[in-house]
Amino acid sequence: MKPAPFEYHVPDSLEQALGLMRQYAGDAKILAGGQSLVPAMNFRVAQPGVLIDLNRVSELSFIRGKGETIHVGAMTRERHLEFDSSIEKHIPLLTEAAQFIAHPQIRNRGTLGGSIANADPAAELPVLALALDARLKAQNASGERWIDAHDFFAGMFTTRLAADEILVEIELPFMPPRTGWSFMEVAPRAGDYALMGVAALVTLDENGKCKNAKLVYLNAGDGPVDAKESARLLEGEALKDAVIESAAAMASEKEINPFGNIHTSIDFQRHLANVLTKKALKQAAQRAEESLQ
Amino acid sequence: MTQSFPVTITVNEKIYRREVEPRLLLSDFLRHELGLTGTHVGCEHGVCGACTILFDGESMRSCLIFAIQADGHNITTVEGLAKDKDNLHPVQQSFWEAHGLQCGFCTPGILMTLIPFLKQNPNPTEDEIRHALSGNLCRCTGYQHIVDAVKLASEKMKAVK
Repeated sequence: MKPAPFEYHVPDSLEQALGLMRQYAGDAKILAGGQSLVPAMNFRVAQPGVLIDLNRVSELSFIRGKGETIHVGAMTRERHLEFDSSIEKHIPLLTEAAQFIAHPQIRNRGTLGGSIANADPAAELPVLALALDARLKAQNASGERWIDAHDFFAGMFTTRLAADEILVEIELPFMPPRTGWSFMEVAPRAGDYALMGVAALVTLDENGKCKNAKLVYLNAGDGPVDAKESARLLEGEALKDAVIESAAAMASEKEINPFGNIHTSIDFQRHLANVLTKKALKQAAQRAEESLQ
Repeated sequence: MTQSFPVTITVNEKIYRREVEPRLLLSDFLRHELGLTGTHVGCEHGVCGACTILFDGESMRSCLIFAIQADGHNITTVEGLAKDKDNLHPVQQSFWEAHGLQCGFCTPGILMTLIPFLKQNPNPTEDEIRHALSGNLCRCTGYQHIVDAVKLASEKMKAVK
């Protein structure tokens, strides 16, 4: 299998990259880590005419604290997210979930920005961007704008980035105090695409009741699926089994819309979502309670 | 007609200068341009792990990197592990002794996955070993002897220190 020929550009600054994007808008594809794009090119499912390789734009690779947030450059490798101590301290959901992204060999190359911009419904990082209320900085040759992660995904492998824009930076807020987290998925083998997965966050108030909850699913629709109604059921409640079961039932039966595939029926995906939601909410609630003590 | 570009790539501490088409995969560059056929090509879409190499010391899939992207970088392939056939790397020696292979097709990729893994985790549990191997498919062994070989390798490498 050989990729179709393409015109290759390898800028070594963001400014050059943005200039190239203006010049080739529409024909150009960004090459970030290439862990999804290159397989697609090997199969010739993707045949971009022009490839703009960001791997030498070193200014896009960083992890920086800024107030109550962490800013991450789009070309930061997934493996660096996994081992960053400030992320582990302030956004432990990301540290835990990063270990589910494919294999170390893939995470050594794959990037945060690449995975988010690729918008694969079965990928972990788009789910985490929603769960963590990330903000995404898009830039073109004439300026920049910040896009809320909740407004960024526009369907299967589709985002709201314009043809000449590059996703350059991701802002991740610290998880609030009294917040518990959990990330769970079921895959045929460790590192394979998961049949179903969920990121759960639970923030408790001073009295130990749920103040805010989040449930975001992968492989459950045409993008990361934020089950807002189900999460809302938990608000104001002590997180006992009954309310957790109601939220899991609602999310798995009503809010997600899985498609099934060669490895799983839609019913099995819903079943997995139900089981994973219960387990994840219990773990998140327990972690949140531990933080109260 | 497709244009070629000059690249300088260090492979197993030897510097190679070649002209490559941008679409040439690093795996094909190693095999066809350099004749280093120890790097195997299985699925060519990042699933099987047979083509795993070290890119600046980190394990990566050489079928998911273009050779042109390795310009100026350091690559290690399975050929770079042993000084000669009588001085195998402890991980290779362990695979020999524990019979950690049958057909051997997946073995180079597994070895290249294990080098950084054992460096970062010199005392792995069996669970950690199996998890580390999950990105490398073996169709023959059922993995048991591979796991045994990794345990043996970790002991050998501790003994060396």
